[in-house]
Amino acid sequence: MSNIPADLRYSEEHEWLRLEGDIGTIGVTAHAAERMGDVVFVELPEPGTRVSMGETFGVLESPKAMADLYSPATGEVVESNAALEEHPEFVSEDPYGAGWMVKVKLDSAGEVGKLKDAAGYAALIAED
Amino acid sequence: MPYARHSDADRAHMLATIGVDSLEELFADIPEAVRAGGLDLPEPEAEQPRATRLEWLAGRNRTDLMSFLGAGAYRHYIPVVVDEIIRRGEFLTAYTPYQPEVSQGTLQAIWEYQSLIAQLTGLDVVSASHYDGSTATAEAALMAIRQTKRERVLISRAVHPHFRKTTETYFSGRFILDEIPMTPAGSTDLEAMERMLADGNVAGVAVAQPNFFGALEDMATAAELAHAAGALFIAAVEPTSLAVLSSPAEYGADIAAGEGQPLGIPLQYGGPYLGILAATEKLMRQIPGRLIGRTKDVDGKRAYVMTIRAREQDIRREKAASNICTNQSLCALAATVYLSAIGPTGLHNVATSGAEKARELERALAEVGAPRTHSAPYLNEFAIRVPEAQRVHETLIERGVLAGVPLANFYEEPELAESLLICATEVTTSEEIAGFASALKEMLA
Amino acid sequence: MSEPLPHPKLGLRPAVGPRVPSSIFELSRPGTGGQKILPGDDSVLDDIPEAMRRKVPAALPEINESQVIRHFIKLSRLNYAIDTGFFPLGSCTMKYNPKFNEWAARLPGFAKLHPLAPDSTAQGTLQMLWELEQMLCEISGFEAITFHPAAGAHGELTGILMIKAYHASRGDLERVEVIVPDSSHGTNPATATMAGFTAVEIPSDDRGGVDIKALRAALSPRTAAIMLTNPSTLGLFEDQVDKLLEAVHEAGALTYMDGANLNAVMGYFKPGEAGFDVMHINTHKTFSTPHGGGGPGAGPVGVGDKLLPFLPSPRILRSDDGAFRLETQDERPSAIGRMRSFQGSTGVLLRAFAYIRAHGKELQQVSEDAVLNANYLKALVSHIYEIPFPRHCKHEFVASGTEMKKRTGVRTLDIAKRLLDYGFHPPTIYFPLSVDEALLMEPTETESRETLEIFADALIAIAQEAYEDPELVQAAPHSTPVRRLDDAEAARHPDLRWRPAKGEDAPC
Repeated sequence: MSNIPADLRYSEEHEWLRLEGDIGTIGVTAHAAERMGDVVFVELPEPGTRVSMGETFGVLESPKAMADLYSPATGEVVESNAALEEHPEFVSEDPYGAGWMVKVKLDSAGEVGKLKDAAGYAALIAED
Repeated sequence: MPYARHSDADRAHMLATIGVDSLEELFADIPEAVRAGGLDLPEPEAEQPRATRLEWLAGRNRTDLMSFLGAGAYRHYIPVVVDEIIRRGEFLTAYTPYQPEVSQGTLQAIWEYQSLIAQLTGLDVVSASHYDGSTATAEAALMAIRQTKRERVLISRAVHPHFRKTTETYFSGRFILDEIPMTPAGSTDLEAMERMLADGNVAGVAVAQPNFFGALEDMATAAELAHAAGALFIAAVEPTSLAVLSSPAEYGADIAAGEGQPLGIPLQYGGPYLGILAATEKLMRQIPGRLIGRTKDVDGKRAYVMTIRAREQDIRREKAASNICTNQSLCALAATVYLSAIGPTGLHNVATSGAEKARELERALAEVGAPRTHSAPYLNEFAIRVPEAQRVHETLIERGVLAGVPLANFYEEPELAESLLICATEVTTSEEIAGFASALKEMLA
Repeated sequence: MSEPLPHPKLGLRPAVGPRVPSSIFELSRPGTGGQKILPGDDSVLDDIPEAMRRKVPAALPEINESQVIRHFIKLSRLNYAIDTGFFPLGSCTMKYNPKFNEWAARLPGFAKLHPLAPDSTAQGTLQMLWELEQMLCEISGFEAITFHPAAGAHGELTGILMIKAYHASRGDLERVEVIVPDSSHGTNPATATMAGFTAVEIPSDDRGGVDIKALRAALSPRTAAIMLTNPSTLGLFEDQVDKLLEAVHEAGALTYMDGANLNAVMGYFKPGEAGFDVMHINTHKTFSTPHGGGGPGAGPVGVGDKLLPFLPSPRILRSDDGAFRLETQDERPSAIGRMRSFQGSTGVLLRAFAYIRAHGKELQQVSEDAVLNANYLKALVSHIYEIPFPRHCKHEFVASGTEMKKRTGVRTLDIAKRLLDYGFHPPTIYFPLSVDEALLMEPTETESRETLEIFADALIAIAQEAYEDPELVQAAPHSTPVRRLDDAEAARHPDLRWRPAKGEDAPC
């Protein structure tokens, strides 16, 4: 049974978002990380890049697959997790902690209401 | 059928096991409308008469002529050990190393190839090879476009016409390829290049070293100009020259592309050849084609494996950077054995020997009235001025000399019309040079 | 680790030779080796400006010839190859590579010919290429062949670019999509993208063929072409191929055939005659040219009348007086341009020529035996492995390991690795993508009945092991020089080249 922290919001493309003020921290869920296998590389946008909800903002790579990352929010990237360059495995090992990917200054914090809560995400992946 | 394995009894047994009465049943699903009625081809030819046929065909090629032909493919001495190794069935008939546990031979050999080219170019990431110098250059240009997200590439007109034309075809109208003009001295016009870089929309700049005319370019300045405009610098290089000329890393190239045929691969009328493609570590994930990496197995033993494969066509499909599937593995192996066999001194000698013979050739031909067309420094290839170059070229064939190639075959500029592009390598002899000079002297008298 | 099941011809044996050796860099000793090339006079470099000369020599290894031989021969013994064993790789056609072809390619008249040699001095090679074109036209049913492409994928790009040029020449600029079945080889959609098209994927039907309803729905005035493989990558002949071609042509689009599976249908099906507009041929599959560990191959492309004007230049022509020549540069302005340097991978094409001359019209029997062998192997294993599409296959067939995975946890990957312990290279795995836990097997016509039976027995033995001792299979291979590799580490921290150890300087 996948780990789904209650305090986060979730997108259908298996991203999570933690809102603090108007800054959203974004990563991929444990479910997504498990399905990818060993993450070997993460391609993330530079700070200053604009991202939009539902649009791709980066790529995850494992030895056998590549997966696009879809942004769960609209806004401007203020920080990308530099540690993932040396330690892409953080995504596999600690997807909600050390494996965080980007921090985005949201255009509108209210947009987060469109994302699922933990129960809603659990229901989504139960169908998988 | 020379390699068939079944007797009639075998076939009968197999059909019975499958549960059909005849072979026809296995082809019954081919609709009448599209069914063919056999092959209108000759009868099978046994080995003996076939050998005669192939020998006869080979005999119709005039490889006895004294050749001064270069222009992207070069006569070199290939040590005997190269063929000894590439003929071995374990290398020749192996497949792509998708099952690394039984492919360590190919994998390690290609990793060694990558390492050797990395040493020659000074660039850390070397692809397991591309089809040839032209396609490698085209892919280098596409890399620059992907990396910078700009749409325009500048390429010197002095780069091999085949490299330029192939890049244009690969761009397929989606991106812009502009030519940088040449100077009368035979090199790239850097002032023109600087002007062309001014719009800030150039992804990459490609210059050849040596260039098509054999002339040497100021690669360091060209690289600086490119970088100042935010563009990547692509060096199209000839590998044996890297023994004595600056490496792409020394002058700041981001990508090196080139034709690896001089490294132990015979001329073969154009292929299969070897596309060299190398880049800085920063561009590692942009480089198309296979990469072999070193790793460990589950017992901690050193092993080699194809790596960063997720970019390739079988995984990425329509999102792949390139559609390339095969590499030129056996040609890369030939290059690896060649460089191992001749060693660094050998490669140095190939370059200096060629240069020495080229200067002897230049003097001999200048003496009979055919001086060098250009004034830029050169290594072992150059153009000579010859009145009625086309006619002289044809007549010299009858006199047993392949006097290079008329530049008019590749360039429309009138100042290049009466010129022949020739080269010398370590296999060119003084007798051949004297033969060429005396035949030419007669013609120009 | 339990003992293998007893069998008179089976038994565990390592598929290849002993340990992985040091690299050539580690073998290097200063002052050894070389002495193959005469030195030149170093002072000739004085006329080259200092700034253009190399500062730091390349650290190339110095090894004696005897070491070169030992090193590369040791490496060769770590390889599995057609010359050492059965290679049932689906979609690859690993047939015997005749040694005659190697001899022919090495004849000095062929090997030493410069690609820019004037036509009058190259009549032997030009004649060989011209005759090869005639024979490939007869086999494929097309009007003309280009020899430029260096590989199948390169041929695909050539073909799709010709289709693009065709539509452009007719002012038909709205056609921006290329339809590709979900079972296609990855090169197909990648090629479409490279040429600037959008790849549109359509599903297969439950018989394993292209879903014609889905095709009709996907066709529109935006369709430039469809790329089809026939027989499909499932080894099944598209028995509605005539209807598929008609539908595509009616929509104003063209039809590209991926000729990778031509070995199944020579003499029975000629794509050009059947209505395809263009096709690439893999000489390293159908026509026995060696794979070389990943290349070089060649991908000649056949075209009909519609696309002939767009073939890359130069073509090989025959004059009225019987002499052969290369087309001149401006002779056919509609050509799409160059796909590569010079004229083609002639050395590879020569091997294909020799192969075709050896077989002549009996190439049809080659296809018959290829199809016979695949169906026989299928019959031997179908009681143990699920065959999703039970109809008669052509030269290859797909089995699925899904049931086995559900019941035992053993996956297709594990079965493949365990086959190595039985001395066999595994079939293609996880392709095509449309079949879960796929095992795609193509025996080819150059394998004996006995080999197929032993291979089938190995597969059956492994199935039994999966039920009785799954961990044994999951930890396979046990007997190869290296065992399962750490892919993740190789991709995370790529080690792509030799570097001197810390504290050492270059050169070696």
